[in-house]
Amino acid sequence: MEKRELTCIGCPMGCQITVELENGEVKSVTGNNCGIGDKYARNEVTHPVRTITSTVVIEGGDKPRLSVKTKGNIPKDKMAECMKAIDSVRVKAPIKIGDVVIKDVCHTGIDVVATRNIYSE
Amino acid sequence: MKTYEIVIIGGGPAGLAAAISARKAGAKDILILERDKELGGILNQCIHNGFGLHTFKEELTGPEYAYRFMEQVFEEKIEYKLNTMVMDISKDRVVTAMNKEDGLFMIQAKAIILAMGCRERPRGALNIPGYRPAGIFSAGTAQRLVNIEGYMPGREVVILGSGDIGLIMARRMTLEGAKVKVVAELMPYSGGLKRNIVQCLDDFGIPLKLSHTIIDIEGKERISAVTIAEVDSNRKVIPGTEERYTCDTLLLSCGLIPENELSRNVGVEMNPVTNGPVVNESLETNIPGIFACGNVLHVHDLVDFVSEEAKRAGENAYKFVSNGCKEEKTGKVVEIVATQGARYTVPSTINLDRMEDKLTVRFRVGQVYKGAYVSVYLDDQRIMHNKKKIMAPGEMEQVILLKNKLEAQENLHTITVKIEEE
Repeated sequence: MEKRELTCIGCPMGCQITVELENGEVKSVTGNNCGIGDKYARNEVTHPVRTITSTVVIEGGDKPRLSVKTKGNIPKDKMAECMKAIDSVRVKAPIKIGDVVIKDVCHTGIDVVATRNIYSE
Repeated sequence: MKTYEIVIIGGGPAGLAAAISARKAGAKDILILERDKELGGILNQCIHNGFGLHTFKEELTGPEYAYRFMEQVFEEKIEYKLNTMVMDISKDRVVTAMNKEDGLFMIQAKAIILAMGCRERPRGALNIPGYRPAGIFSAGTAQRLVNIEGYMPGREVVILGSGDIGLIMARRMTLEGAKVKVVAELMPYSGGLKRNIVQCLDDFGIPLKLSHTIIDIEGKERISAVTIAEVDSNRKVIPGTEERYTCDTLLLSCGLIPENELSRNVGVEMNPVTNGPVVNESLETNIPGIFACGNVLHVHDLVDFVSEEAKRAGENAYKFVSNGCKEEKTGKVVEIVATQGARYTVPSTINLDRMEDKLTVRFRVGQVYKGAYVSVYLDDQRIMHNKKKIMAPGEMEQVILLKNKLEAQENLHTITVKIEEE
């Protein structure tokens, strides 16, 4: 039986979670205080995922940068690739919170969306 | 002179939440005075996720969280002035401010809510030896440059201090292509949230060196290297542990200080531990009609708690206004004392008449505790003894006091919050 100690990143409580694994299969998750922790722990030991937040260049807006996020978690090992995709995008003002900036980023099935409003200059 | 029921100084998360709750409580004219060119405060540059789990039950980025509140301010047609600097407030609640359109102007407020937030401890307050070249930024300044202005401060980065903004910026700079070489922390524990150590440092293999500090900065025009060394339990450098790191950028994340110049000038009593005002259960300072909430009161880890605290400040400020702006002298006042590991509490006093059925008292501990108890005493009688797996100075703690328990205690004089080990 393999044991892994994790710190949950699901919320600021940062629960210390113990996961027991056998042949790569999760046998038990303990130490979490909620479902978020259970989900995080199972993901983390099998296929870790993260949300990415960054900015993209916006033209004709009242601000030079538009903040964006992946609308859900993406595989952790795709972070660098997604950052490249985000860096290569240029959008035009106006933009509203939730507007899709990149659809299905790096074939993750997840969209990159705007996280703030930018008005035309 | 124009009169407003409630003037709120600062349009960040605290000011916005206070304004909305005051409006919902019944306040007709409210004015928010904001120094920046937009509402939202520091949240606008905090583009990372993790906000709002308590308030909205979903994970938002800073700008999204701020916008949820801004929308309500717009809907409620709450007045605000941007690019406006408050110069002075007086004991009789006259606010003196200035901006480009109105010039210098004065406003009579029936109640004032202080929501000015905090600022970062600068290099000058850290006594780091060495040269004074370009390339040394507070972590928050770098965050603004990267996230709002779109500039990269540098490519090879060392970070001093492990506060949350420093950890967040370690990840942000890495994602933008910089090499973050090390995070050095003077204390034997991190000042940031555990989750940020995992997702901002561990994820990217950035080393965190606890009990380490910078003992030299090199570079004439631009910073070129720093020397980091280990410190002992007295925070004295241990000879022989020096390590030199070349870098073109140094970020400082060494604590936040509530911004209380206005409060001090008007004679608001300050708590030397928090550097924020001393407040009662209503979040009112020693000056009647002047309330405080958010990071100007004490530095929070979570904006959700700021919003909740500010909501109470807004409601209480309107209560003061609707009661005719009179100082209430009735009611029994009980003092809350923080001792034995609990460094302070907010609030510091409770007027039992004005207390709601439940009151959240927040505090911080002075060191890392494992398996210790948070205890609350009413005079000599212990009424709460909660075991906590881990407590650290970087994470705020709370206890909830019940009015009926306090009232049931005869001749209650002092409430004590302390940490007890077995």
